[in-house]
Amino acid sequence: MLGLEKRDMMLLVIVFFLTMFAPFILNPFPADSSLAQFNAGYPDLMQRFVIFGIFAIGFNILFGLTGYLSFGHAAFLGVGSYSAVWMMKLLTMNVIPAIMLSVIVAGLFSVVIGYVSLRRSGIYFSILTLAFAQMSFNLAYSVLTPITNGETGLQIALDDPRILDGANAARYPNLFGAEMNDATTLFFGGWSFTFSVGYYVCAIIMLLAFYLSIRIFRSPFGMMLRAVKSNQQRMNYTGLNSKPYTLAAFVISGMYAGLAGGLLASMDPLAGAERMQWTASGEVVLMTILGGAGTLIGPVLGAGFIKYFENIFSKINDNILHGWFSFLPDGLEDFIVAIIYPFIGKGWHLTLGLLFMLVVIFLPGGLVEGGQRVARVFRRRDVKSGDAELDAAKQRPNTPAE
Amino acid sequence: MGILEVKNVGKRFGGLQALSDVNLSIAENTVHAIIGPNGAGKSTLLNCLVGKLIPDSGSVMFDGQSVLGRKPYQINQMGISRVFQTPEIFGDLTVMENMMIPCFAKRDGAFQMNAIGGVMGQKDVIERAEAMLEDMNMADKRHMHSAALSRGDKRRLEIGMCLSQSPRLLLLDEPTAGMARADTNNTIDLLKQIKDERDITIAIIEHDMHVVFSLAERITVLAQGSPLVEDTPDKIKGHPKVREAYLGESQDAA
Repeated sequence: MLGLEKRDMMLLVIVFFLTMFAPFILNPFPADSSLAQFNAGYPDLMQRFVIFGIFAIGFNILFGLTGYLSFGHAAFLGVGSYSAVWMMKLLTMNVIPAIMLSVIVAGLFSVVIGYVSLRRSGIYFSILTLAFAQMSFNLAYSVLTPITNGETGLQIALDDPRILDGANAARYPNLFGAEMNDATTLFFGGWSFTFSVGYYVCAIIMLLAFYLSIRIFRSPFGMMLRAVKSNQQRMNYTGLNSKPYTLAAFVISGMYAGLAGGLLASMDPLAGAERMQWTASGEVVLMTILGGAGTLIGPVLGAGFIKYFENIFSKINDNILHGWFSFLPDGLEDFIVAIIYPFIGKGWHLTLGLLFMLVVIFLPGGLVEGGQRVARVFRRRDVKSGDAELDAAKQRPNTPAE
Repeated sequence: MGILEVKNVGKRFGGLQALSDVNLSIAENTVHAIIGPNGAGKSTLLNCLVGKLIPDSGSVMFDGQSVLGRKPYQINQMGISRVFQTPEIFGDLTVMENMMIPCFAKRDGAFQMNAIGGVMGQKDVIERAEAMLEDMNMADKRHMHSAALSRGDKRRLEIGMCLSQSPRLLLLDEPTAGMARADTNNTIDLLKQIKDERDITIAIIEHDMHVVFSLAERITVLAQGSPLVEDTPDKIKGHPKVREAYLGESQDAA
């Protein structure tokens, strides 16, 4: 169906249901319970999950397939955001033109950066992309202030022209009148679930982006990109020009990043230069590797994982910790809190760093490999007699499937 | 007029004259071996033929067209395939995928943006690759990770990948280097079979005399960057100049 193999179709359906029912799934705890702080089902965070999911899916097309590690993809995210805000200032608050322009501008931008950077490979390629991104970041901060509004960031204002919008048009980003921050909340017993327009717009675009990435992975083009990663020498002596392939992958992933940037600006019409900083580029690398580079679903998982940590773990402070361990004797309570404290709240980066190290050392295939190992253990228990099948599974190479 | 004409080719690396005034003509549908002691310039010559190196002087014509200044992928598209000393295959991919890539290159050229149609829908490429795997007796290994193949099988796969493009000239760079005797004999049998069954010209660079004399119809001996003699295997065997180049003077051949 939809031109996909059965396994890929299953995966797409699963992702479809997870994203559509995310407001329920991410809010498992009643709103007034002490565990409510682990709920992630509020629109702002859910939007981040899917938007950074798009960013990571695109990054994975470059890094996961060709092995070219770009350290400058945040530049495309930032360019996308600026383009979207400009579109909302000049034309209309409807998000469609804004998103389209951000994809186009990021695409053009990545043609230029990719063309220059791809003259080198390996570490030199990474450094070149990093240099370009930092250059863009600094330009946005200084020389390009008329376009980017420098440190303050680019915002929409009441007196912007917006030539397509009438006098009574919506003053917030909208999709043909449906404002992005509109939301309905469903109360159900102690639970509350929020459904926002913005989240569903992002989720549908993410599903389309994910579907497109499956098609790319399974296409002859995707196979050529894996050939680039595997052996460029053989590729060149097989009559294939690897340069346009890598450039195409670079531009596609740049357009994904632009799309993510455009969506960020559509949800919250504000674009700042810090979105282009190298830490933002590093973040998408972490997401992709943590989830599983070269796998289909890995980058989405990694993005969700990191954004969850960033927003939920960072909110746990020492008061909450004391509350959890209050059943312990006083001295012991203080001791345990003192040990855990550096890993939460502002120290969430420490926990993330440790997790990242553990994943890279023990699960080089990321969270996806972890999932596959768990699944294999269960399968072994279920089918003790089916050893032959298991051996076949072991011999099967790790196709970029799950 | 041979299919490959090398005329007055010279190549210098700093103070080392690696090739000087090399003339070589490889006739169509023959197996032509290029032999010579270490440092004779065999690999340099080969690299000049496939676009990895550009000679300082002279010309290299393939089927009436100059290959000089063309990139390796362009030269491949002209009909020259190269097998490397250590098998160069796509180690991260399956055997079947390895075989499909050259078939795509043959069908679609050096670059084709086919990002939407699934690989599994490309029936003609799949058929071609399957047939080639059958020819190479590797059909049962099609789902294997190619990095897990034995050395001999990797060589087999690499040769198969080259043949799947139906090249007019197949260049082999020491195809049996570092192989056990059994694998070497298998490779010789495979190459003999290829020579008998296909319209193909084979140029082979080799150290192993057993391989050379089992396969070659013409032999060029290269020494110190220029051709010493060119003749049939029988004549080369007893040629005094060849003995001299390989063994030094007044010694018996092993």
